[in-house]
Amino acid sequence: MSIDVETARRVAKLARIQVDDGDLPALAGELSNILGFMEQLNEVDVEGVEPMTSVTPMRLKRRADVVTDGNIQDKVLKNAPDAREGFFAVPKVVE
Amino acid sequence: MTNANELTLAEARDALRKGDLTATDLTMACLTAMDAGDELGAYVHKTPDLALDQARAADLRLKAGDAPDLCGIPLGIKDLFCTKGVPSQAASNILAGFRPEYESTVTSKLFDAGAVMLGKLNMDEFAMGSSNESSCYGPAVNPWRVDDRELTPGGSSGGSASAVAGDLCIAATGTDTGGSIRQPAAFCGIVGIKPTYGRVSRWGIIAYASSLDQAGPMTKSVRDAAIMLGAMAGHDPKDSTSAEIAVPDFEAALTGDIRGKKIGIPKEYRLPGLRPEIQKIWDKGAEMLRDAGAEIVEVSLPHTKYALPAYYVIAPAEASSNLARYDGVRYGHRAKLAAGDGITEMYEKTRAEGFGAEVQRRVMIGTYVLSAGFYDAYYNRARKVRALIKRDFEQAFAAGVDAILTPATPTPAFGLGEMHSANPVEMYLNDVFTVTLNLAGLPGVSVPVGLDPDGLPLGLQLIGKPWEEGALLNHAYVLERAAGFVSKPAKWW
Repeated sequence: MSIDVETARRVAKLARIQVDDGDLPALAGELSNILGFMEQLNEVDVEGVEPMTSVTPMRLKRRADVVTDGNIQDKVLKNAPDAREGFFAVPKVVE
Repeated sequence: MTNANELTLAEARDALRKGDLTATDLTMACLTAMDAGDELGAYVHKTPDLALDQARAADLRLKAGDAPDLCGIPLGIKDLFCTKGVPSQAASNILAGFRPEYESTVTSKLFDAGAVMLGKLNMDEFAMGSSNESSCYGPAVNPWRVDDRELTPGGSSGGSASAVAGDLCIAATGTDTGGSIRQPAAFCGIVGIKPTYGRVSRWGIIAYASSLDQAGPMTKSVRDAAIMLGAMAGHDPKDSTSAEIAVPDFEAALTGDIRGKKIGIPKEYRLPGLRPEIQKIWDKGAEMLRDAGAEIVEVSLPHTKYALPAYYVIAPAEASSNLARYDGVRYGHRAKLAAGDGITEMYEKTRAEGFGAEVQRRVMIGTYVLSAGFYDAYYNRARKVRALIKRDFEQAFAAGVDAILTPATPTPAFGLGEMHSANPVEMYLNDVFTVTLNLAGLPGVSVPVGLDPDGLPLGLQLIGKPWEEGALLNHAYVLERAAGFVSKPAKWW
């Protein structure tokens, strides 16, 4: 499967990575090349094989639904590029 | 006596306990070597004040007779580990300025055992790469070189391998998603083990591909790897995939006796075009194990060929999900916005500026293979192939094989910049011998066994059964002793 410029644009949008129009053809070429490499997987007979979901057969552990942490608002916000009045600040989302 | 920074972990431990050396003096020697080694580009954030504080505390413990193995041992820590109050960037601009408010489980355990942190080590951005060239800091350099040509230390744990090989620390932490401990260890002539998936907690390690990531030690000897793995391993309630299995004394497993053990040589690893020097060292390694009393048998791992393409579906898929958190809101870089830019522009500009080319590529590939209409064709198919790769190993072990011997890498270290014109897929081929283990969750160790005609180190990989790192390391120990690899890079930095 080869990726055209429009698909590359759509993938970049889904990934929320800005790609200039001029760079899209090269990106499409690179992605096509990598997908071409993956095409080899089509040679494998996977009939009746269950997709692997975990490397060791174990049940994901559960724990009691209790608060184990908290009251660390300053720590949570410490690394934020923009934090105000105890909140993360972002550009306006709702008009 | 050699300079203290040149000691192995075991030698340093013994000298510290005997009182022949103080942790402070050992740390000073390592800090001096670290500062003299800037040309290697191994350290990206140095923490000398913290190191000396930790060393003084270790000296008190040593004096009091309360000294675990790692007490007073100066380590380098890969930049992928979150270390409290110390920059932890995964070698990415998107985490510029990030200083975690918490400590990863692995570094907590090491520090609780008295270990000393010299600084953070270079790596490929988000551990995506095999040459350390995708780092936002610029590449680390291999202490080994041919003439004046600067070589890659490998990747992604390139800074770790370079620092250990150059004696800029006693040992280092690494992480391995497709070969990122074993390939750089082989390129730099040191030992590196990727433990069984679940042996070491992933909590506080910046995630790349969660079902494949596993941390491990990078050291100057097999014994050192056994000691340090023991200090890193163990169940952690904060990592739901960490196994509740007791950690044995790995060092005690190093008996040097492998008589009667069966070593598998997988015929599918004899790739067409395999370099003669690699084939030669592989044959030599098998001979050494045979001479030590092991039986060498051919095994078949028929789905080997599909490991890399399966990896390059699964790893980017998981990465695209894991890296969604870098949005310019909670930590790290946020792009400068133009008038009228909304939140979508903030995400898109931040991620375009913050992620390097290879990371962007993998995030987009992952996004594509997970997108509606392709999920079954790519992602689910890759997970089925992964199950078959795991089954190949299970069948080999069920047939009585104790360990499997393969080359660690298809080539010795290559030149920095040499792969720039290559397409990304060619770079991916570096992981051809290592990536199968991550898919199957198995432990693997890279051991330096000899030098190529240019004088560069070559490593072999031993693959073990799940949770049997002790037996695996014992095989590696036999190989190490038989190979007698004692070469060190000539100091040019």
